[in-house]
Amino acid sequence: MAAVSPILVTKGLSRSFGGLKAVDDVDFEMAPGEIRALIGPNGAGKTTFVSLVCGRVEPTGGTIIFDGEDVTRLAAHQRVRRGIAYTFQITSVFGNLTAWDNVALAVQRHAGKGPRGARGLREGVQEALLRTGLAGRQGVLAANLAYGHQRLLEVAMGLALKPRLLILDEPTQGLSDGEIDGFVGLVRDIARDATVLLIEHNMDVVMRLADRITVLNAGRILAEGAPDAIRADAEVQQAYLGAPADG
Amino acid sequence: MTDRAFAPTLALHLGVIAVLAVLQFVLPDYHHGLLARIMVLAIFAMGYNLLFGYVGLLSLGHAMFFSAGLYGAGLPVFHLGWGVPAAFAAGIAAGGLLALLVGVLVLRTTGVAFMIVTMMFAQAFYLAILYFAPWTKGSEGFVLPQAARAIDIAGARWDLTSPSMRYWTALLLFSAVLALTLYVARSPYGRVLVAIRENEERTRMLGYDTFATKLLAVVLSGAICAASGAAYVLIFGYAGSTLASIQYSILPLLWVLLGGAATTLGPLLGTVFMYYVIDVASGYTTAWLLIVGIVLILLVLFFPRGVLGTIRERWVPWLP
Ligand SMILES: Nc1ncnc2c1ncn2[C@@H]1O[C@H](COP(=O)(O)OP(=O)(O)OP(=O)(O)O)[C@@H](O)[C@H]1O
Ligand SMILES: [Mg+2]
Repeated sequence: MAAVSPILVTKGLSRSFGGLKAVDDVDFEMAPGEIRALIGPNGAGKTTFVSLVCGRVEPTGGTIIFDGEDVTRLAAHQRVRRGIAYTFQITSVFGNLTAWDNVALAVQRHAGKGPRGARGLREGVQEALLRTGLAGRQGVLAANLAYGHQRLLEVAMGLALKPRLLILDEPTQGLSDGEIDGFVGLVRDIARDATVLLIEHNMDVVMRLADRITVLNAGRILAEGAPDAIRADAEVQQAYLGAPADG
Repeated sequence: MTDRAFAPTLALHLGVIAVLAVLQFVLPDYHHGLLARIMVLAIFAMGYNLLFGYVGLLSLGHAMFFSAGLYGAGLPVFHLGWGVPAAFAAGIAAGGLLALLVGVLVLRTTGVAFMIVTMMFAQAFYLAILYFAPWTKGSEGFVLPQAARAIDIAGARWDLTSPSMRYWTALLLFSAVLALTLYVARSPYGRVLVAIRENEERTRMLGYDTFATKLLAVVLSGAICAASGAAYVLIFGYAGSTLASIQYSILPLLWVLLGGAATTLGPLLGTVFMYYVIDVASGYTTAWLLIVGIVLILLVLFFPRGVLGTIRERWVPWLP
């Protein structure tokens, strides 16, 4: 891992809300191509941390380096253009647009112009819908999709951006067991050409997917390592795994 | 906006234009003149709809863009003797430029603040027109000389003072702007506009510079409304400060609400409807404003999305 240069580095990354240190001096690194799970109890600062990375939230301190470039000062849309994609924890699809149009919004920026662009757009949307199993629902308004399908539409939009780093914020929340199996396969597929940072409460999904796990607690990194090591870690047990299941 | 067949949409829009063209030969004089005026004002409504309907930004100051076109085209003709084409271009440029300046400032606000700030800018513009009364003739306004309202093209004379040429010119401009809004509504850019209306933060997280996208929409909207104002003064020959007053900021909102926001043909329908309701009501009673108010309330109760918006929702989902 030390041989390849990391795709994402944060140094001393911090964010406070009033007196609350939601993210507190976090040093973090990801290698290209890995699937990293970010876990921790509710309110640990996971969403805030990834929001800092993708630019939705401004840091109160620290730096963010993506692919060797300091992106700390870049606007969110500029980071997306450099390859950081975020799928929302709270489903945030465009309810009054069809599933097709939702995905088209993610594809069209890099589909090019003219007739070739139009074909590229159709193909790109089709591909994302097929991969997420939504092809049969392309004409349905997103608001009318079942909840699980809305979650999948979020993922479809994320992968349609063709990101280099895809951040998934609790993507399996509310999915059925069958849907979760499909989802695990999908993430493995995505990880063949992107790095994946996955926030997830479902430990079964985490253990099946993650190359490494980072545990966040009260805004700080509590532990980091291979899945087996994390599972065995007593401190983690106490802070998180031992706590009553919450998702 | 989905990847859907374009044929019915195209047929509908060409059909509407064809009906308007035929009406020119069947309407009695009075309605003929009224409809020419309505088509020019429907351009104003279409420009307003671009920002209000598609992007979801409710401006209460669009009279300033309409009157920027009105005076931007009217003053050079009145004072400098410019020809019609140059004056028309100047009117559009004035509106586009004003929209760019105002847009940079007002887009820092949203919601109610946006409404208030746009209204204040429009009020400042209105007061400026009164302040410069030596040139603008203030509330009394000015009339363009008949001789100035004609275009000479290759020996032929396009006379904007003749009723039939007025009608054709209004129809031509209306059709051009209708085609433009249809194009924008169906384009990838139009999809981003709607996305901003639905959820701006999500749109940003798909890699769009939403500020720049909105600014372009304000400029487009302002330029279209200015085209309407410029056409108004050149075709009907009059400019006065009433046309820049708050009333002319609220009218396009009503037209668009009635016809259906974010529909391509709603602005025309709303403008026609309001004009005729006022026309019919004022023939029966002096309390015509009351009747207009009642009609508006009924429409909002039974057609909250405007006439075409409701039709699209209930029966014709492909309606653009
Ligand atoms: N915009 C905000 N304003 C104030 N406090 C906030 C804001 N966003 C998050 N917080 C607080 O920061 C802390 C971390 O929240 P965050 O959403 O990052 O946690 P999380 O690990 O994602 O939790 P969950 O598992 O419930 O999603 C919480 O105490 C939360 O209340
Ligand atoms: Mg969270």
